[in-house]
Amino acid sequence: MDAAGVGMVDGRKPADRVSITYLEAIREAQNKALREDPAVFLYGQDIATFGGAFKATKNLAKEFPGRVLDSPISEDAMLGMAVGAAIDGMRPIVEMQFADFSSIAFNQIINQAATHYWRTGVPCPLVVRLPSGGTSGSGPFHSQNMESLYAHYPGLVVLTPATVGDAYWMLLEAITLNDPVIFCEHKFLYYHLKADSLPEERLPIGKARIMRGGRHATVVTYSAMLHEALAAANELARDGFEIEVVDLRSVKPLDTDTILASVARTGRLLAVGESFPWGGVTAEVVSRIAMEGFHLLDAPPRRLNCKDTPIPYHPNLWAVHRPTAATIESSIRDLLKQ
Amino acid sequence: MIQSASIEGLLPTGVTAERFAEGFRWMLLSRTVEDKIAALYHAGKIVGGVYLGRGQEAFSAALGMALQQGRDVFAPLIRDQAGRMAFGDTVLSTLRTYLGSVLGPMRGRDGNIHRGEPRKGMPAMISHLGAMVSVVCGVLMSRRFKGETGVVGAASIGEGGTSTGAWHEAMNMAAVERLPLVVAVANNQFAYSTPSTRQFACDDLVERARGYGAQGISIDGTDLAQCIATFDAAVSRARAGGGPQMVVGRLLRLCGHGAHDDASYVPVELRELAENRDCLKAARATMLTNGWASPHELELMEAEAYEQVQQAVAQAQREPRPDPARETWMPLASEWLMEGNLQTA
Ligand SMILES: Cc1ncc(C[n+]2csc(CCOP(=O)(O)OP(=O)(O)O)c2C)c(N)n1
Repeated sequence: MDAAGVGMVDGRKPADRVSITYLEAIREAQNKALREDPAVFLYGQDIATFGGAFKATKNLAKEFPGRVLDSPISEDAMLGMAVGAAIDGMRPIVEMQFADFSSIAFNQIINQAATHYWRTGVPCPLVVRLPSGGTSGSGPFHSQNMESLYAHYPGLVVLTPATVGDAYWMLLEAITLNDPVIFCEHKFLYYHLKADSLPEERLPIGKARIMRGGRHATVVTYSAMLHEALAAANELARDGFEIEVVDLRSVKPLDTDTILASVARTGRLLAVGESFPWGGVTAEVVSRIAMEGFHLLDAPPRRLNCKDTPIPYHPNLWAVHRPTAATIESSIRDLLKQ
Repeated sequence: MIQSASIEGLLPTGVTAERFAEGFRWMLLSRTVEDKIAALYHAGKIVGGVYLGRGQEAFSAALGMALQQGRDVFAPLIRDQAGRMAFGDTVLSTLRTYLGSVLGPMRGRDGNIHRGEPRKGMPAMISHLGAMVSVVCGVLMSRRFKGETGVVGAASIGEGGTSTGAWHEAMNMAAVERLPLVVAVANNQFAYSTPSTRQFACDDLVERARGYGAQGISIDGTDLAQCIATFDAAVSRARAGGGPQMVVGRLLRLCGHGAHDDASYVPVELRELAENRDCLKAARATMLTNGWASPHELELMEAEAYEQVQQAVAQAQREPRPDPARETWMPLASEWLMEGNLQTA
C-alpha cells in the first residue's frame, strides 16, 4: 500500500488530472487491490461490463477478466458465496447496489460472516461495500444508512469514510483485514467530493481524526455529515466560536479516547449522524462520554440525527429530514448557551 | 467377512457388497452415537438441544461416502451424523461438541450439530436454514479461482428448509455459475411439526430442479443401495462438469425434531407404512439375506460400535470444559481493532 503505487486513474496519471472524486478513489482502491492480490475478486449486480450502478467498478472487468463478476439479484446468496470463498482463502469484495438492499443479506452478514472466526477459529476476510445515505429524490429504499445496525453485532468492522483519501486508504486497508468489513461509502459524496490528488496522508483504521481544532464545543460526526458539520463550524467561526470537529472514520471500532480528549478541551459535545435517531452511533458516542467523561462536560451532551420517519422522496421534505449545516449550527448555538 | 465383489456380491443397483457394508457400518455407528447422545440428554448430561437423524442414516451416509475428504466440501445439516462421519468427522469430535469439551472443534463456543471444520472441507452450519448452500457455492467459486478442478461441494437440507429464500437464491446461483454442487434434500415429511402439505404444493420437490437449471433425481431415501448408487452417480456427474445435482430422498423422521419432542403429531398410520420403514433395519436385513454378514458378525459389529462410542464418551467427559477466565472473548482476527486494544494515543 505504498503511495508510489497510487498509479493511474482512468488511464491517466494523477499528475495529469485536475482532481479525483470520492467515487474514483473507491474504484482506484479496488483496481490496486485486484492488481496486487490474486485472492481479491469483485461480486455484485451489474458490476462487470456495465461497471456498476454508480460506476464504482468501471473498466475493472476488462482489466481483470474473470475477477469482476455480475451476480444474480440474490443478496443473501451473494454474501453466503463471499463467506464460502473467504473461508477458503479468497478476499471477496461484494458491492451492494444500494446499502438498503443489504437487509436481504443481513442474515449472512451478522450470523454467518460475523460469527465465523469466533466459532471456528477460521478467519472470514471480506468487504461489503454499501452505497449509503441520502441523495435528493432517492426515497425510503435508496437512502438508508446501515452502519448502526451492523456496528451492533460483534465480529464486524464498520467503516464510514468521509474524505477522498479515507475512501481510498481505508478501503485498501479493509481488504487486507482478516475480518468481515462493512464499508459504508456515502452516495452524496461520490461525485460532490473531490481532492486535487490522492492524498498520501493516511490514518490507520480505528483512529478518529480531528478535522478542525476548536475550544468551545466538540462535534463528533462521520461520513457525509462531516461536511455539514464543517460548514456549520465555518459559520460559527464568523461569530468567534471555535468548534472542534471530530471525524470518527470508523464507527466500529469507535475511538473513544480521541472524543474524550476533545471533550476535555471543549467541555461540550454534539454527536451528529444521518441515520435514524433511536439508538445508533450518536447514542453510543453520547453514552460513552456520559459514562467516562461526565466530569468533563459543562453542558448536557446533545445528539442530532435525521427524523424518526422513513426517508422522504421529495427534495422539499428530504432537505429537512436529515441534519444539515443549518440545523447543526443551530444545535451548536443552543449547546453553547447552556 | 465379505467376499470380493462377485456377481452375487452386487445389488441390482450395481452397488458392491463392500460398499453396501461400508454404508451399513456408518449407519450403525451413527445410530449408536445418537442413541447414546439421547440417553445422555435424558440423563441431564448435555447442555442445550439434541437433534437426531434416526431414519435418515442411509440417505446421509451415502452422500458422505460419495465425497472425498481433502478434496471435496460438505456442509451437513441437522440430521447428518452418518454423513458427517462418512466424510471424516469422528465420534470423538461429536461427543466433545455435545459435552462442551474445549478440545472439540467448537471449544464450547457452539454446540451439538452446529459444528464443523472448515479447513477440512466441512463448514460449520449456522441454525438459519438454507444459509449453508451459498457458502458451499463460495468454496466452489474459490476453488475455481484457484484453478482446482474436479472438486465437488455438497449441502444437505430438509424439505422445510427448501421453502427459504436463501435456498432458492443459492440454487439459482449454483446453476448460473454451473457449479459442481450436489444438494441432498431429505423430505422426511415433517418440518418440526409442520407436514409437507403446509410446506410446498408441488407433487415432488424434485420438480423444482428443472426450474433452477439443475439435474433432479427422486429416490427412496430408506434404500441404502439406491442412495449409494444415486449419490455416487450425482457426484460423478458434478465432478465431470454436469452442473448442480438435486437429489430428493423420501423417508420419515423416526424421532422427534429434537430429543425434547415426542413427535406425537406424526400419525400412527404413517409410521406403519412400508415406505416409511427404518433404513437401518432394512440395510441389516440386506446384509443377512445376501450372506454378507452372519447374525453373529452383525452382533460383533454392533458391539464394536457400542464400545467405540462408550470410549469416546468416557474421554470427552474427562476433558476440560471452557473456562470463562481463559476465554479470549475475541470475535475479530484483527485483535488490535478490538476497542480495548486500540492504540489511539
Ligand atoms: C430460517 C429458520 N427458521 C426457523 C428455524 C427453526 N427450525 C429449526 S429446524 C426447523 C424444521 C426444519 O425442517 P426441515 O427443513 O424439513 O428439516 P428437518 O428438521 O425435517 O430435518 C425449524 C423450523 C431455523 N432453524 N431456521
